[in-house]
Amino acid sequence: MAFTIKVNGNTRTVDVDGDTPLLWVLRDVLGMTGTKFGCGRALCGACTVHIDGVATRSCVTSIDSIGKSKVTTIEAIGATPAGAKVQKAWLEHEVVQCGYCQSGQIMSAAALLASNPHPTDADIDEAMSGNVCRCGTYVRIREAIKLAAQADERGG
Amino acid sequence: MVVDRIASRACLSRRTFLATSAAAGGGLMLNLSLPLGRSEAAPSESFVPNAFIRVGSDGQVVLTMPYVEMGQGTYTSIPMLIAEELDVSLKQVRLEHAPPNEKLYANPMLGVQATGNSNAVRGAWKPLREAGAAARFMLVAAAARRWNVDPASCRVQNGEVIHVPTSRRLKYGELAADAARMPVPKNVALKQPGDFKLIGTPAKRLDAAGKVNGAAVYGIDARPQGVKFATLAQSPVFGGRVRSIDDTAAKAVKAVRQIVRLDDAVAVVADHMGAAKKGLAALKIEWDDGPHARLTTEEIARELDQATLGSGAVAQNIGDADKAMAGAASKVEATYQVPFLAHAAMEPMNCTVHFRKDECEIWIGSQAVARVQAMAAKAAGLPPEKVIVHNHLIGGGFGRRLEADGAVRAVEIAKHIDGPVKVVWTREEDIQHDMYRPYWFDRISAGLDDKGRPVAWKNRFAGSSVIARWLPPAFKDGLDPDSTEGAIDLVYDLPNFHVEYVRVEPPGIPTAFWRSVGPSHNVFVTESFIDEMAAAAKQDAVAYRRSLLDRSPRAKAVLDLAAEKAGWGQTLPKGSGRGVSLQFVFGSYLAQVAEVEVSQEGAVRVRRVVCAVDCGIAVNPDTVQAQIQSAIIFGITAALHGEITLKDGRVQQSNFDDYQMLRMNEAPAIEVHIVRNSEPPGGMGECGTSAIVPAVANAIFAATGKRLRKMPVDAATLKQLG
Repeated sequence: MAFTIKVNGNTRTVDVDGDTPLLWVLRDVLGMTGTKFGCGRALCGACTVHIDGVATRSCVTSIDSIGKSKVTTIEAIGATPAGAKVQKAWLEHEVVQCGYCQSGQIMSAAALLASNPHPTDADIDEAMSGNVCRCGTYVRIREAIKLAAQADERGG
Repeated sequence: MVVDRIASRACLSRRTFLATSAAAGGGLMLNLSLPLGRSEAAPSESFVPNAFIRVGSDGQVVLTMPYVEMGQGTYTSIPMLIAEELDVSLKQVRLEHAPPNEKLYANPMLGVQATGNSNAVRGAWKPLREAGAAARFMLVAAAARRWNVDPASCRVQNGEVIHVPTSRRLKYGELAADAARMPVPKNVALKQPGDFKLIGTPAKRLDAAGKVNGAAVYGIDARPQGVKFATLAQSPVFGGRVRSIDDTAAKAVKAVRQIVRLDDAVAVVADHMGAAKKGLAALKIEWDDGPHARLTTEEIARELDQATLGSGAVAQNIGDADKAMAGAASKVEATYQVPFLAHAAMEPMNCTVHFRKDECEIWIGSQAVARVQAMAAKAAGLPPEKVIVHNHLIGGGFGRRLEADGAVRAVEIAKHIDGPVKVVWTREEDIQHDMYRPYWFDRISAGLDDKGRPVAWKNRFAGSSVIARWLPPAFKDGLDPDSTEGAIDLVYDLPNFHVEYVRVEPPGIPTAFWRSVGPSHNVFVTESFIDEMAAAAKQDAVAYRRSLLDRSPRAKAVLDLAAEKAGWGQTLPKGSGRGVSLQFVFGSYLAQVAEVEVSQEGAVRVRRVVCAVDCGIAVNPDTVQAQIQSAIIFGITAALHGEITLKDGRVQQSNFDDYQMLRMNEAPAIEVHIVRNSEPPGGMGECGTSAIVPAVANAIFAATGKRLRKMPVDAATLKQLG
């Protein structure tokens, strides 16, 4: 059946089964490939998007569960204050390697900073441990989140 | 296409180092020839073209990259070599993926077109700088002729030639057409390390921007017009076949278009992956498990164990180890084992294929694009030149994408489909149909004199030779350079030394290169065993190693540096310990000190890792640091969690719940200290992985007194002794 969802401020209608994971609607039906497939079982975080600002694993979120909620993906996260700061800090600290998991990492980090502008190490562990990085960029992710939080402190 | 045109001509100039031609746009084009490394595939006197530089009339430098970016930073460090000698900013260099062409783009250290074995910078170091320097020489010559002045009165700076006495300037773009007509210099002077502006200075990655906003395109993101989406189930036992399928329910799933039955796999094709997965779940498949239906890992381990009791090919012999062993005051003996490991790159295996009547088009992220072309052509029943391969950024390689099995599988499926199809493996398929780091079994012994100093070393190990399958000419007389790296040519002064390798190919499980390859196994064994010898001699682990390093000053220097920075010798709380490792592999010297904490329950937490590295000139020091951080996490993941096991011929692990990755909350603090010198660069992509595993095992020994000779770490064993 047809579902109408709001993605990055745009209204999109798709005709898929109600149990279709949002991930495949984004990637295959809508052609938004920034959100990545990693495990299909909410074990790695590569597919993380925001649903009403909350970091959510799109690989286990069915299209019929979204309703009127706002979906934000990596393609638009730079338009949010937290997302922009995180992206800037990521570049500043040269976080990325292969980069495949980084869409999900950035979405998790942006959600963390939007709700908790000054996270402790424990907060970072809590928010980021669902996101696997096989290149092992964790040391730099932690530094970059702290840098982004400082940017907030300095008003910028 | 410029590349193809030059490619065919370049093949003719076997002994030419550089040849030029006017490029389509009137620019300067250098055809760069790289001498092949020692390889059976080509005689050593032959020169095979490998990469291209093009300076356009707009001043842009285009580098056709023979190496692929999979996170290791090669898209930044290789352009730095060109940019350094040309004296242009990195921003002025644009990259193009090299197309498949073994003749042009063979890796000089492997003899085939591949990115692996930590050798991109090592292979490119001299020839790419020479190419940049030759281009600079010709641009200067062109400017000097135009001004009618002596070239020696000109210099280059930031993409311009400057006539020093008159301060006249010409941009490279303005000179490109003239430069193309200048003679190619036979010998060009390269910059001295002291004059480097880019090399040795941290450079920003050229591929970063698209990786933080979702714009970067990996193989899995390819979307040719009209593409369908497929996922598959392959025989759960390697070597099994499909006996029967019932696809009634699968075909009833909305958006499922087609079921493709192959001999040993079934694929479901749909309008999107969600429907393909749902269709696959609804598909009933009966398998004929074939000859390996009862295979277990234990059976393989027993076979390898047995093999180490026989004899093998002698990898290295120094002195008379048997005689020295017989006369030793004491003896240390052990067996070591390391498990099969999956790659688990974050980007699951995938390949998009459009099979047409007389040609085949492929979209993939591959470390070995010419291999993909050759094997896909075979599967397609087409000549290689009818297979077009588009390479992409790689979402993690680690050796998995040196293999072309995924492309072959996708071609087999695409042959049944009208239009392009993207075949994406589920994570379960990715882990259960990987090609695995081999299981290895080592039988090792040492003789010590009455002061505890080694007088004899014997090691015989058994396992699969990946090289024998992947690059057959390099497997010779029972040996290959990968299986033995890290087991021979040790940094230590070991007077009577004998190492044998027994090639055993386990049935029913394919093996492949895995980050840090041969050393991933060998360094764990040798560095754990040196630690055992130090303990037997009742000596400090660092001091013991140090006493054996008189002929290896660079190794001694990194060991000293790591020990000093780690606070070696300082007291740690009960249940914690420090372990050290030292290696010279991939052309780089590395020492690591790991600090671990072992809980009452036997859980191991790596708190801190200090690494000292001497990789010669660090082309991009920030990448060196990043690769060590990365490789350490990769190695700790293996040491603490990594194990693929077989039961009833089936891989028992399937996803990140039972094949676990190290996560943020488990990541240690990592310090990297880089030794500065002017030695040629060593490899950096993998050496951090082989070094960390023994450092962790040795730290666990320091913390608990328990020597772990089998990976991964078994918490139950540590608990029992706690």
